[in-house]
Amino acid sequence: MMLMKRRDFLKLGAAAGSMAALHGCAAGGNKASGHVVVVGGGYGGATLAKYLRMWSAGGVQVTLIERNPAFVSCPMSNLVIGGFKTLEYITVSYDNLKTKWQVRVIQDEVVAVDAAKRSISLAKGGSMTYDRLVLSPGVDFMFDQIPGLNDAAAQSRILHAWKAGPQTVALRKQLEDMKDGGVFAISIPKAPFRCPPAPYERACLVASYFKQHKPKSKVIILDANEEVASKKGLFTKAWADLYSGIVEYRNENEVKDVEPGTNTAITEFDKLKADVLNVIPPQRAGDIATKSGLKLINNRWVDVNWLTMESTNTPNVHVLGDAVFPAPVMPKSGNMANQQGKLAAAAILNLLAGQPPSATPVVMNACYSFMDPKSAAHITSVHTYDTATRTMQPVKGAGGVSVARNEIEAKFALGWAQNIWADMLA
Amino acid sequence: MKPLPTTVSVLALLAAAGIAHAADADLGRNLAATCATCHGTNGQAVQGAGMESLAGMDKAKALQKLSEFRSGVKPASIMHQIAQGFSDEQLDLMAAFFAAQK
Repeated sequence: MMLMKRRDFLKLGAAAGSMAALHGCAAGGNKASGHVVVVGGGYGGATLAKYLRMWSAGGVQVTLIERNPAFVSCPMSNLVIGGFKTLEYITVSYDNLKTKWQVRVIQDEVVAVDAAKRSISLAKGGSMTYDRLVLSPGVDFMFDQIPGLNDAAAQSRILHAWKAGPQTVALRKQLEDMKDGGVFAISIPKAPFRCPPAPYERACLVASYFKQHKPKSKVIILDANEEVASKKGLFTKAWADLYSGIVEYRNENEVKDVEPGTNTAITEFDKLKADVLNVIPPQRAGDIATKSGLKLINNRWVDVNWLTMESTNTPNVHVLGDAVFPAPVMPKSGNMANQQGKLAAAAILNLLAGQPPSATPVVMNACYSFMDPKSAAHITSVHTYDTATRTMQPVKGAGGVSVARNEIEAKFALGWAQNIWADMLA
Repeated sequence: MKPLPTTVSVLALLAAAGIAHAADADLGRNLAATCATCHGTNGQAVQGAGMESLAGMDKAKALQKLSEFRSGVKPASIMHQIAQGFSDEQLDLMAAFFAAQK
């Protein structure tokens, strides 16, 4: 059995007293206590777990349930696919969450949520109760939308690499094994999907690899959208300046099916046979969020209260990150999940202390894309709660994109990665 | 260049912010946390990662820099666009929070 033992938490609590003195950043003055269970240790969940411990000075007990042994970052994973960084570079341990922040990290999977009993069940057996539950499950794929891809054998051949880890390495291997003169085809689903600029960044970095090592090869982008979904001018210019004759962009080319035996993508009017076919399927909120009775929008994304990130129909259950129905022009990004994690951490601590959440939360997005290994460009936005529409609205006049790709922002992109990984996990 | 707010609107803003501030003791902390993805938790940037630490920065100096980012006087790659997203009162709270960090 894996029932939470109160005794263990009391021990953690004692350790936390000295921890608060060490980190000296608690403050607030609210006296939150209780047990928060966090499901998913990515950009949203890991950030929230750390900030709950830090801001409560150890007063709130936190259990993080994560199926993977270490965090592997999607941002920067296109550098691995292009051959410019290794998987180790984008992998970060949960050790500091465990030892420094006294988060109880359990490698397991949550298979069911009983919101009435405030309890979750684990795949390896046992259950656990919570005062507040936070789901940060990311996305899962709607393979049924691409019938030929709806089985394990097809999925092991035609990769998405849209969750970093083994698929990242496997896609890199396919590219290394590809002959010069081959075709890499990447398909992009209709928005919204995880990280809008990332497919276009991937096209750039694979093209950069081809340009240097396999110059007769091509990158063909099959985009279901009417146009490039993010940083359009910057990507279009990079393809023209840097990858002329290598990158070919086809808009309104939704991949409806595949033939796995021949690596063929099937669009409405056409077929494309590729040497390496990378299909990014349509996405929805991660399984645990869609099967727990939470109110969904478009049957895909969780509807949340933006003051707390709490489900609009299931009390005490909060949802973060890519799984959430986005506020206007709010991207599904790692940076945004980090910000939502802090918004939710602050709100949960207030709620656990019997106080209302902040009425004026703000979140910020900053997202860098590499156009080649040495140059990058950003998109940024600031979003603040609007009482009239009861959602986060972009602040007018704020935000924007780079004037042009540049080398300084490639350094900032790497600096962002080091700092956000530390903000979550160090 | 942003038009300067009128005295009346500044007073109204300060009054409103005063009320919000009294009811929301953690506002500065929460707003400052938005900066951490680039500048580190509590403004303590990862050493050697090339990003500026904000922890312990003099409040007046921080406000001066932010003001110059907003007006465009200080050249920036991204901060001019982010600084526009926050009010004077919010920037004041954030700068005060960072100044108080060791």
